[in-house]
Amino acid sequence: MNFAGVRDLTLAWMRWLDRSLRPSVSAQTTRARIGMVGVAFAILYLVIAGRLISFGFVPEDYFGNRARVRASDAVSASRPDILDREGRLLASDIKTPSLFANPMRIQKSVGVDEAMELITAVLPDLDNAETRERLSARKRFVWLKREITPKQQAELHRQGIPGIGFLRESRRIYPGGAEASHILGHVNLANAGAAGIERWIDGGGLAELHQAGLASGRSLEPVELALDLSVQHALRDELVAAKDKFKAIAAAGLLLNVNTGEVVAMASLPDFDPNKPGKLETNQLNRLVSGAFEMGSTFKALTLAMALDSGKANLQSSFDARQPLQYGNFTINDFHAQRRILTVPEIFTYSSNIGSAKMALAVGVEGHRAFMKKMGQLDRLRTELPEGTDPLVPKNWSELSTVTIAFGHGLSVAPLQAAMATAALVNGGKLIPPTFLKRSEDDAKYLARQVIKPDTSEKMRYLMRLNVEKGSATRAEVEGFYVGGKTGTAEKVEKGKYVKNKLLTAFMGVFPADQPKYLLLVMLDEPQPTPESKGQATSGHNAVPVAGKIIARIAPLLGLKPRQDLPVAERLLTPGRQAAN
Amino acid sequence: MMSRAKRTLFGEWWWTVDRLLLGSLVALVLIGIVLLLAASPPVAIRLGYEPFHFVNRQAMYLVPALAVLIATSLLTPRQVRRVALIVFLAALALVFATLVVGAEIKGARRWISLFGVSLQPSEFIKPALAVLSAWAFSESARRPEMPTTFLAMGLLLVSITPLVLQPDFGQTVLIVLVWCSLFFLSGLAWFWVAGLAGGGAVSVYAAYQLIPHVRKRFDSFMEPGSGDTFQIDTALDSFARGGWLGRGPGEGTVKRILPDGHADFIFAVAAEEFGLVLCLAVAAMFAFIVLRALLHAQRDEDPFMRLAISGLALLFGLQSTIAMAVNLHLVPAKGMTLPFISYGGSSLISLAYGMGMLVALTRRRPRAESIAELEHFQARLAGARA
Repeated sequence: MNFAGVRDLTLAWMRWLDRSLRPSVSAQTTRARIGMVGVAFAILYLVIAGRLISFGFVPEDYFGNRARVRASDAVSASRPDILDREGRLLASDIKTPSLFANPMRIQKSVGVDEAMELITAVLPDLDNAETRERLSARKRFVWLKREITPKQQAELHRQGIPGIGFLRESRRIYPGGAEASHILGHVNLANAGAAGIERWIDGGGLAELHQAGLASGRSLEPVELALDLSVQHALRDELVAAKDKFKAIAAAGLLLNVNTGEVVAMASLPDFDPNKPGKLETNQLNRLVSGAFEMGSTFKALTLAMALDSGKANLQSSFDARQPLQYGNFTINDFHAQRRILTVPEIFTYSSNIGSAKMALAVGVEGHRAFMKKMGQLDRLRTELPEGTDPLVPKNWSELSTVTIAFGHGLSVAPLQAAMATAALVNGGKLIPPTFLKRSEDDAKYLARQVIKPDTSEKMRYLMRLNVEKGSATRAEVEGFYVGGKTGTAEKVEKGKYVKNKLLTAFMGVFPADQPKYLLLVMLDEPQPTPESKGQATSGHNAVPVAGKIIARIAPLLGLKPRQDLPVAERLLTPGRQAAN
Repeated sequence: MMSRAKRTLFGEWWWTVDRLLLGSLVALVLIGIVLLLAASPPVAIRLGYEPFHFVNRQAMYLVPALAVLIATSLLTPRQVRRVALIVFLAALALVFATLVVGAEIKGARRWISLFGVSLQPSEFIKPALAVLSAWAFSESARRPEMPTTFLAMGLLLVSITPLVLQPDFGQTVLIVLVWCSLFFLSGLAWFWVAGLAGGGAVSVYAAYQLIPHVRKRFDSFMEPGSGDTFQIDTALDSFARGGWLGRGPGEGTVKRILPDGHADFIFAVAAEEFGLVLCLAVAAMFAFIVLRALLHAQRDEDPFMRLAISGLALLFGLQSTIAMAVNLHLVPAKGMTLPFISYGGSSLISLAYGMGMLVALTRRRPRAESIAELEHFQARLAGARA
């Protein structure tokens, strides 16, 4: 075949093709076919609408994919910083990568064996059996390791294993370690608050924010605590030393601003490191908030205030303490027995059980109970901390109950609760609910409840100061800071009986006693005698000198200046009402 | 407001334009901004931009887009055709240029910087090609001496060659589908329609056999859990989580983990926050625009107009249905943006241009009206005679 023939044939074929392919462009055909296209589109859109409607009727977790979304919610969750009252950082978030895998994808691609090999090359400490089990699961999301280092992440990334990935996870850090552990609490693995202020933060709606996906990556307002970190450190430091020196099983201390109710420092040893909380032992609980204790003689301050405030007694009144009180099998005796008629200040400084019991009886059983109720000692104290305890109140409040509770037995309360009441006795008579958050005096005024007369409060300041000048708490005195306070030594109850050599000693101190600003509570659980205490382990030998040391350290930190020419206790009383002695 | 008495340019436009169609288009653009407002901040933050980066940029494109939409809708059919030719040639030149000087993003060269603005010229090829192909097919009957079919084929070939080279598989498929539909609408013999369908089936099968990522996508669609179905799983979850009325604006969580929450998967993000009811409304608006445009096409007297309107409606309809179907896992995953809703400046302007032409071609024209009346009259006469 020649060239012309090929060309002719090709051209003919092309012409045929052009004719055959040439569309008719008739109006009728095009209209009919546009109709077909329209129907097709209508069907397509109806299918899409049907599919959309079908989603309205499926349960939310139908796709079994929730694990990833949930994980991702928790992971990106951020928490606000926690600061002390001076703005020092107590808790903050740092971001760390965490490793997850899509097992089904790994199984379909490189296979479990190879993935295992590659992963364990970078993370040798990974549990082999467990990881294999996780990777073999018919799931689309499993965690392999939480919180890996950026370097490990880079190495894993470079291996290019399909089906593994990283999520940036917020990790909570506490730069102070155990310093303020009982106040701060800690978070769980999902970065949710598990205890302390951390738990309170979640309760305040943070958890809901996370659920809605709002709280991540945003800067949350920091939480400002009443806590002063430097004071907290000094307090805890002294308690650590004291616990060691007196071989106590526990030591606790609390500094309360009596005019605002702010907890400026609080430590309960043994404590824990919130960076790695682990499983907490019962012994590690916060004794000041979660423990209920018979406060012992420190409670006598309440009894005396009650009697003075009711008018049933004044500072000149005297009570017969010559004979022990008998109630059935119980004999109420004095530790420092004077066996004579005691005036009210003497009852306080000698810490007379008989005298306080008689003062309470003078007010009467009902009056006593009502007073304790008013002072918040019969109901659970609510603070920001989720921890707390109900007080152990006698079911039938008998005369014997009044007698024992008058000197601090038979009623167990949280020490913080007792501190709140004692603060009211010296701050002019206002009961202020304690707080762990920063609070101004003005705010405190709105919350305060007048529980005793200012005049009675003045007398209590005098008694507290007197007790440091010439009573059981002389070792608490710090030159220039005018300390006042009440000691307490309680025998612990074991199997329903008081045990002589297992003591709980306490000191409830206020300073400066003429115009109290702070209340310091020091408690030692089962302190042992030391060589210089000549076999004694009562409060005056341990809790009191520890309190003195603490005050000497913290008073300057709190901005108090040592003063000179301080008045003797009597001068605290308004002229005309001065004590006779 | 606008008097019918005076024949001003805008007055005439206002009284002849399909205001329902125009209104739906503008409403869709505005809904798009609202949805982007909800969907894009997490993506922007993830990419290291400030939260409203995408919203601001899209809003910035809004004014030129609306201007293009209105300006294009003012054109006469003849002008539409001429502008389409210019746009087609310019876009084609730029598309070829991307192959040489384009910036590579996510493994494909699709973008070119023009006067400091990043452009995706392939977006502009689509509407221009639809109009030019419609013109080529419509000339078939009038000019038997011209090889119009081969001309149309040539237009298609030069359009998809650079797209295949980029590579941009989604756009290629979309363009071929629209072109084939136009061929079909113009009255191709059923024998060749069958051939075209057969050829389509063969090429889909070939793509499945020969192109690995097509195969992967298809497999993971048929058997969930085998491939990387993270986006799809999350998107489906999103529809379920949203329920009828949604979780409320800003309440969505899925958008924080969906990489393409502002683009290909915006429909799913919208579902979680605003609920299925809004999704149904959006779908209904797309359906309304497409079907109303097809109705216009069916009624039109001019062969070119019938095909051009159909082509533009097809382009819009196919893109919207594919995008929604991917979000709903009705078809294998294929990156396709939802017209007017997804983020993308070039895409917004190109859509405004395409829809502007649609509005221009669907305007009422006196001549067409009179001919329709005449035909109607003749038909009645014929009926009376019979």
